[in-house]
Amino acid sequence: MVRNILIAALVVAVIGTGYWGYREHQKKNAILIHAENNYQRAFHDLAYQIDLLHDKLGATLAMNSHASLSPALAEVWKIASEAHSDVGQLPLSLLPFNKTQEFLSKIGEFSYRTAVRDLEKEPLTKEEYKTLEALYKNAGAIRQELRNVQHLVLENNLRWMDVELALATNDQKGDNIIIDGFKAVEKNVDTFSTSSEFGPSFIGLANEEKGFVRAKGRPISKDEAKRVAREFLGLKGTEKIKVTESGNGADERFYSLTIHDSKTKGDIYMDVTKNGGYPIWALNSRPVGKPKISLHEALNRGMAFLRRHQFTGFELYDSTQYDNVAVLTFVKSENGIRIYPEAIQMKVALDNGHVVGFTARDYLSSSIPRPLPKPTLTVEEVRKKVNPHLKVMEQRQAVIMHDLQKPVLCYEFLGTLGGETYQLFINAATGLEEKVEKLESVEPNYG
Amino acid sequence: MARKWVLFIALAVWTCIYPSGYASAFSPQVIQRGAVGDDVIELQARLQYLGFYNGKIDGVFGWRTYWALRNFQYEYGLPVDGLAGAETKRKLVKASKYYEQFVKEQIRQGNDFTHYGGIPLSQQVKKRGGGSSRAAITTASNVPKGFSQNDIRLMANAVYGEARGEPYIGQVAVAAVILNRLEHPSFPDTVAGVIFQPGAFTAVADGQIWLTPNETAKKAVLDAINGWDPTGGAIYYFNPATATSSWIWSRPQIKRIGNHIFCK
Repeated sequence: MVRNILIAALVVAVIGTGYWGYREHQKKNAILIHAENNYQRAFHDLAYQIDLLHDKLGATLAMNSHASLSPALAEVWKIASEAHSDVGQLPLSLLPFNKTQEFLSKIGEFSYRTAVRDLEKEPLTKEEYKTLEALYKNAGAIRQELRNVQHLVLENNLRWMDVELALATNDQKGDNIIIDGFKAVEKNVDTFSTSSEFGPSFIGLANEEKGFVRAKGRPISKDEAKRVAREFLGLKGTEKIKVTESGNGADERFYSLTIHDSKTKGDIYMDVTKNGGYPIWALNSRPVGKPKISLHEALNRGMAFLRRHQFTGFELYDSTQYDNVAVLTFVKSENGIRIYPEAIQMKVALDNGHVVGFTARDYLSSSIPRPLPKPTLTVEEVRKKVNPHLKVMEQRQAVIMHDLQKPVLCYEFLGTLGGETYQLFINAATGLEEKVEKLESVEPNYG
Repeated sequence: MARKWVLFIALAVWTCIYPSGYASAFSPQVIQRGAVGDDVIELQARLQYLGFYNGKIDGVFGWRTYWALRNFQYEYGLPVDGLAGAETKRKLVKASKYYEQFVKEQIRQGNDFTHYGGIPLSQQVKKRGGGSSRAAITTASNVPKGFSQNDIRLMANAVYGEARGEPYIGQVAVAAVILNRLEHPSFPDTVAGVIFQPGAFTAVADGQIWLTPNETAKKAVLDAINGWDPTGGAIYYFNPATATSSWIWSRPQIKRIGNHIFCK
């Protein structure tokens, strides 16, 4: 009797567990299919977009009227950006696929720039046509490869989840068709982008790596780097300092210092250029207590710090209080002209007014030639070009980097429109609006 | 002579009417753009009382407050510098009223309210449903340009999930890598796009991103957004003890921070 009850109970338990396991299995499958479908959608969408991209690029080549060329290029820009976003949704981050992504982003940039230009006044140059042709050819090759991969995926029911698994486990022997296909695409782009077919207008789009132009001088030793840190941070000399040199991936050699003082909480970190020993940045990780000084007082301390370390001619551009620290942005100012690319950021602790953060990366890597050009337009002439609805509150001359990463001298206007504040930069030589930005630094808290 | 007397009497009457607490409500600090706290609330309330400030009284000295203050300085013959110094505060206190209790109460209750002069205060409140009482003094926050509080929180989630065991600078570095990717053509150009790119971050893959980040992670993100990049422009990093991909080892390395190697 007892045995029978026991058996019955066990049978119920086994069936129950089996049912539960089956349900779990189903749930897991549903989730896997869902994830797989997301990948599939991104992939097939990508193949379609590249197809479209190729067609549209081809159409732009045949166009002659500027009226139809501008919208066509704008469409190329849109398609390229969608394709770029599709790539970002595929599990390819462990696969060398960056050349293709870069290619897409460059097509986007090139088509955007030519689309927004007034082609009536400034038609496409011969070189730009050559670039377009090269882009067309390259897109055609990518399209071919992708269509091929797509065919294999559909034909053989290949799953992206397997790609993810193969990439994650770094499976060398298992040749995955999708991975191989994407590698072929990448190789294709690589041979194209290194060929000279693209012309200077395309190569120029690549962001130049900028080193620390300002860091001139003989290379310093590790001990000298320690001395720089002691002087710059006002150390007592009893701290333990660990110095390491940058690896070969760095644009320019620098030393990284970790400063440990057993008496204080939190280490100080600092990078110093090898050439000339300029401080690139420093950050003190100590906890900051309740504010005792005002933001304004923090600014005065920051200014004094700059003067003490021979950074002259800087003025405050922005000041912000985040809880217990003040974050200050200073920009170089010469004869009333603000040079925005030459900025220094600083963090001042509001509990004791000490500088707890400093970064001069932008300042050190800025290579704006001096003397600065003289404006060819007067401020009155330029002011007429400002939107009449904008109430101008402040104006000055300023140097900014425009779209093509070249410095330009502008007139800067700060004005208000409908309760918002806007910053306008108008080219002092051509009168073009280089940049218009809405300034907003306060966000209401939610909840 | 007679004029002087009038002024004296007016002053005497004024000091009698006003409780002494009013004039000295401001702390002695010079208030400037970017500041946060009680002084800013009073500044905004007083400027609104006089009709210079039409924005929200939120305790954060933003651009609107700045222009309101400058307009006040202009109208009252003060040097127009956008700084609320001793002289500006004195004139402001003299010209306006500040119903501190009213303002603080509304902020505490989370109501929509204004503080204009000449209108009964009871007509200037719009009650919000729920009426959750809050501990914070201010109802807004300073945010770096181009980032919302939610963007910062999402990045803090990623940083906490990826690098909570790292030294502070290692957390700033992970945040800096996310930002460097935003700028890089090979990567998506939104915060969410970079963070959720499949396979990009292990913390996203294994769900650790949904742990609640601590203050340190948030501070690290803020430092990175404000311009501190300890990595020297890195777009990849990996833990040499656990990295399985041989490709990642082939990337040119920039430096090592904590347990992570940062590379191009």
